[in-house]
Amino acid sequence: MEILSLLGHGFAVAMTPLNIALLLLGCFIGTLLGALPGLGPVNGVAVLIPLTFAFGFDPTSSMILLCAVYFGCMYGGRISSILLNIPGDEPAIMTTLDGYPMAVQGQAANALAISGVASFVGATIAVVGLSLFAPVLARAAIHFGPADYFALYILAFATIGGIAGVDPRKTLLSALIGLLLATVGIDPISGVPRYTGDNYHLYDGIEPIVALVGLFAISEILMLLEKHVRDRPKAIPVGSWLPQWGAIWRTRAAMLRGSGVGFVAGVLPGAGASLGSFMAYVTEKQWSNKKGTFGKGDPRGVAAPEAGNNAASGGALIPMLSLGVPGSGTTAVLLAMLVSLNVQPGPLLFERQPDLVWGLVASLYMANVALLILNLPMIGIFTRLMMTPTWALMPVVAAVTFVGVYGISNSVFDLEMMVFFGVVGYILRKLDVSLVPLVLGLLLGGDMERNLRRAMSISDGDWSILIASPISIVLYILTAGFLALSVWLALRDHRQSQAERLTEG
Amino acid sequence: MFFQRLTSVKLGAAFAAALTVTAVPASATECIAPSNPGGGWDFTCRTIGRILSELGLVDGNVQVTNMPGGVGAVTFAMVAAERPDDADLIVATSTVGITQIAQGRYPAPLDAMRYLAMLGADVGVIAVDNDSPIQTLAELNAAMVEDPTALVTAGSSGAGGWDHIRLLMVAQAAGVDDLGAIRWVQFDGGTDAVTQMMGGQIDVVSTDLGEIAGFVESGDIRILAALSDDPIPAFPDIPTAISQGIDVTGYNWRGLYTGGQVTDEQYASWVERLETLYNSENWQTAATESGLVPIWRGGAEFEAFVREQAEVMEQISRDIGVIE
Repeated sequence: MEILSLLGHGFAVAMTPLNIALLLLGCFIGTLLGALPGLGPVNGVAVLIPLTFAFGFDPTSSMILLCAVYFGCMYGGRISSILLNIPGDEPAIMTTLDGYPMAVQGQAANALAISGVASFVGATIAVVGLSLFAPVLARAAIHFGPADYFALYILAFATIGGIAGVDPRKTLLSALIGLLLATVGIDPISGVPRYTGDNYHLYDGIEPIVALVGLFAISEILMLLEKHVRDRPKAIPVGSWLPQWGAIWRTRAAMLRGSGVGFVAGVLPGAGASLGSFMAYVTEKQWSNKKGTFGKGDPRGVAAPEAGNNAASGGALIPMLSLGVPGSGTTAVLLAMLVSLNVQPGPLLFERQPDLVWGLVASLYMANVALLILNLPMIGIFTRLMMTPTWALMPVVAAVTFVGVYGISNSVFDLEMMVFFGVVGYILRKLDVSLVPLVLGLLLGGDMERNLRRAMSISDGDWSILIASPISIVLYILTAGFLALSVWLALRDHRQSQAERLTEG
Repeated sequence: MFFQRLTSVKLGAAFAAALTVTAVPASATECIAPSNPGGGWDFTCRTIGRILSELGLVDGNVQVTNMPGGVGAVTFAMVAAERPDDADLIVATSTVGITQIAQGRYPAPLDAMRYLAMLGADVGVIAVDNDSPIQTLAELNAAMVEDPTALVTAGSSGAGGWDHIRLLMVAQAAGVDDLGAIRWVQFDGGTDAVTQMMGGQIDVVSTDLGEIAGFVESGDIRILAALSDDPIPAFPDIPTAISQGIDVTGYNWRGLYTGGQVTDEQYASWVERLETLYNSENWQTAATESGLVPIWRGGAEFEAFVREQAEVMEQISRDIGVIE
């Protein structure tokens, strides 16, 4: 009941004309960014963050806009997966496995409709879960001491393996670079500057927003510059726009199973939407691939991963808001933005800023309805926009990032930093190193170190404090379980990706 | 077609953003907040800037610029090097900035700037959990004198930061010899420290009252002493340390400096204008609403106060080994 009244209050916050306008804009931009091959939720949100600073939106409005973009990307990613066989973003990879074959068989309209509805089901279940579980978790989090937070960060890093996938050495390398970068700046505990080269600009450490925009937005521009600008992908014509409702209804069980699996994957700190869609697909295949139809255009193989990735993206907001530990790459970016706006996510956020939390939750309910409408009847618009040539798109992205980042701090040094990180991001991506572990390392490394040292100051140097509380013991057990699971998944993934290579080849 | 419309929307947005960051008239008064938007220094500049123009003390509006970096060091270095004689420039600072200078963390010494005035302060407090066996400041001091390592203390600053130093000033006044032995834990804010204290992780919190006032109202924590000259208007029942025989104040004041080479005339004009602002209804209301206690020290008196505070901080930092 209490939650209903808080949610009611949230709707009142979300229903201002500005917030509704931002919500619709975010949904539209998000679907488009998701559909455009290459630009995904992390890049999309990273590009838009500086703009929200430049316009001076308050934290609630900024979050509504960016979360609408985030959810929109999750809906939009499936469009190019199905029609082009190119995932619009990372989590949509699994949707290509059955979505594209369906399109080839002339079932494009059905595939799009099924995945649209599945996205809605997954995202809505996640938002319901968010409204129910996040406050509970926030209340429990009051009992988290420094040693428990340290254990939580360990869990977050252990689950990175799940997102970044194929080569564990590269994941590790990327996470280590992030941790290394996190040590730059004045150490808040002792006040000693570290790795700053006596440059005062580095005393506050590496500004995560600047690094993120560089890593994701600038490197994306460089990546796309490299491709042949006239190379336009060929889409499969959708044909009849009217989906068969019966086909959608038959996948309802797959949608629910996918949502459940995806949601759990999302709530785990560090795991994220890619893992959500992957697990949802694998589980569904295990469950219902009786006739070997998966991979050949089985509608359930479209429904499950789409429900899964949308449920995971909503679930990932739970640890971010209630513990201050992001559940995915995109929520890491959102976290960095909140911190820059002087909003500290964590257990007290729910008490101190109910407007922000519940306004955001309410707006996510609204966003899902808006996205369902955008993604079913208006799907034709996006399939056409998806063909936007990159030579026209990228200058806009470049202008927005430079103007926006300068607008945050009025600092040329930040622009140089952003370009530097753009080049670093480009090099790492060319080497097939995922950037998400780097971002998590940069973002969590400082807090992880500080909480370890806080625990040590409390215990006066006695290491046993790290395993002294039941919370940390449970977290370490979860970590061990998750590491075992990702080893098992990595073996499967290996076979899976070989199979993919064969079909793509 | 759709694409073109979208592009023009986006370009328009980018262009508007460009305008907001570049439209700065050359002759305007400027207040630099050496932090990101939203913090204490940003509040100082935005509020004082707004009231300066409301009262007609400056021509037009005051341009507020955020120049984060090095806990104020980036701004300090810029003013020292590029605008030491710019009388249209004021910069927000506070006890935090003076601590940095006292510990040699700014690229120029204290007297590279002229300190104008403090207009308000957050009052430091010593707090324990409501369930704590410690009832008074005297009991806390007795416990620390008996065994400095017995209690875990915490606050929002690192070792040698202002929260830590003012707790040590209390301990020193109470007769604790080995200040370095007191266990100190840094958290990212007073709220975090209090939450951890409620969770039973730490015993004592030393920080600004403003941020944790809500916990006092809700009865979750108990304030043993306010480090102010007089009782805090909003909480008249909280005893000051002075009234309990410990002669220590620990304000986190908010104030302004300007370049070190502005003329005496320009300096005096700023002090006079700021005093007018301080006495206005607008400032008294704005300061109280945001949890500050309005306090005035200006001109030569303020410069002497800043120098003295820096010396005390330097001495304690040396005692506990934060600086050599």
